[in-house]
Amino acid sequence: MSAFNQFLMQLINGLNIGSIYALIALGYTMVYGIAKLINFAHGDIIMVGAYISLVLLGTGLPWWLVCLLTIIACAVLGVVMEKVAYKPLRKASRISLLITAIGISYLLENLFQLIFTANPKPYPGFITLPPIVLGSITISSNYYITFIVSVTLMIILNLFVQKTNMGKAMRAVSEDEGAARLMGINVDTTISLTFAIGSALAAIAGILYSNCYSPINPTMGSLPGIKAFIAAVLGGIGSIPGAVLGAFILGMVEAMTKAYISSQFLDSIVFTILILMLILKPAGILGRNVKEKV
Amino acid sequence: MLKVENLYVRYGMIEAIKGISFEVNDGEIVTLIGANGAGKTTTMHTISGLLKPASGAVLLDGTDITKVPSHKIVSMGLAQVPERRRVFAEQTVEENLDLGAFTRKDKDGIKKDMEEVYELFPRLKERRTQLAGTLSGGEQQMLAMGRALMAKPRIMLLDEPSMGLSPLLVNEIFRIIKDINQRGTTVLLVEQNAKMALAIASRAYVLETGKITLEGTGEELARSEQVRKAYLGG
Repeated sequence: MSAFNQFLMQLINGLNIGSIYALIALGYTMVYGIAKLINFAHGDIIMVGAYISLVLLGTGLPWWLVCLLTIIACAVLGVVMEKVAYKPLRKASRISLLITAIGISYLLENLFQLIFTANPKPYPGFITLPPIVLGSITISSNYYITFIVSVTLMIILNLFVQKTNMGKAMRAVSEDEGAARLMGINVDTTISLTFAIGSALAAIAGILYSNCYSPINPTMGSLPGIKAFIAAVLGGIGSIPGAVLGAFILGMVEAMTKAYISSQFLDSIVFTILILMLILKPAGILGRNVKEKV
Repeated sequence: MLKVENLYVRYGMIEAIKGISFEVNDGEIVTLIGANGAGKTTTMHTISGLLKPASGAVLLDGTDITKVPSHKIVSMGLAQVPERRRVFAEQTVEENLDLGAFTRKDKDGIKKDMEEVYELFPRLKERRTQLAGTLSGGEQQMLAMGRALMAKPRIMLLDEPSMGLSPLLVNEIFRIIKDINQRGTTVLLVEQNAKMALAIASRAYVLETGKITLEGTGEELARSEQVRKAYLGG
């Protein structure tokens, strides 16, 4: 394979992993924007989505119904998580919320370990289409399906947030919760909706991720979850376009590092980027500098 | 229309409002004047449901609304222009106005009212696609008022609309408040600028450290020795 073709392959790899990170990062950033909470259990929704879809596939349901039911189940899980664990703490300090989030993350991982054991389970690549052949490179369907689905969802999400009344309400709550209440916006409903959308996107990420990288295990969500969190911080946490941008940058960096530097140093390079970003531009690439009121 | 009865509000151990009662009748402009920290904003937030009182009642057309969640109070006909305007800085002028009409479903009515708001504040129309955060203080005040009007309220609460504005703009804002009132909206106005507030008010109350110490018509209070000394600079 020529050097150029190899570079193209890495580009495609980067776009693939970048789109998975983007789907997850959107949930992080939206929840942070609305509830000012880093939901560290968000990554585990990917794992929950993977297992639910695996079980459903075993029942012989058609693939689209499996996807739909998985998405619904994860959205419900997200809403329940918020109502049970985070809502009672809404007036508590941020550190309490953070600790609770980490607790939920462990709860989900251990719960699934109890049900499915810690042994990796093979995941059937059930969404397949013919590969695309471009000259001497062949792109398998996993790659382009992930990319197309993610980009489509991002466009829909952006339209929803920019154009619909509920989207405007979400942006209003994220800017000023009190003023949003004065507009007649039900803040609780808006927060629930945000968790539902974020978790639904994570469910889709879980299916797409497992479809590419079988087998699955109960802690599979934590690393992509943390990477997506880094992507959200990189782009500017709270910003939707920022999360997408950060995710694709991170995906590219990962693919290129793996190919040209070292796959062993991959994670340390990614975390170095996070640290540098936090030192040099803590608000992120597209983040706003929030002025604290004196 | 609005009646506050023996209201007590606490922040933890601190009693901010100590049993105040006042009322606003249909079509009136009533003002609550007082110094910083007297409890004016606390009163406003309690009426619109952002704060829950320790005891007492807030009656809107005879119904106690202290237990009603704040987002439902808007559709009962009460809108508030909050202190420091609190426009949604990252949304456009038009989006802010849309948010004001969030509880309404009558698309045609909303459109008509938006035209009316633009008529009242031509500056907002010029800047309809601009982000609200880029507006000047006076324009933001106009937007906050326009946004409240979009809820089509029967009673409008204004919290310190003159804050941080030039005297010329203050005059303009008060002229518009009078105008809004004459078009049929009842007004409850909270102000530190006692002179301007008393000039347009039908009735007024003086709030001092959580208690109402004086009440009367706007004219009476403007002439009262106590008010002149404390709030009108002699």
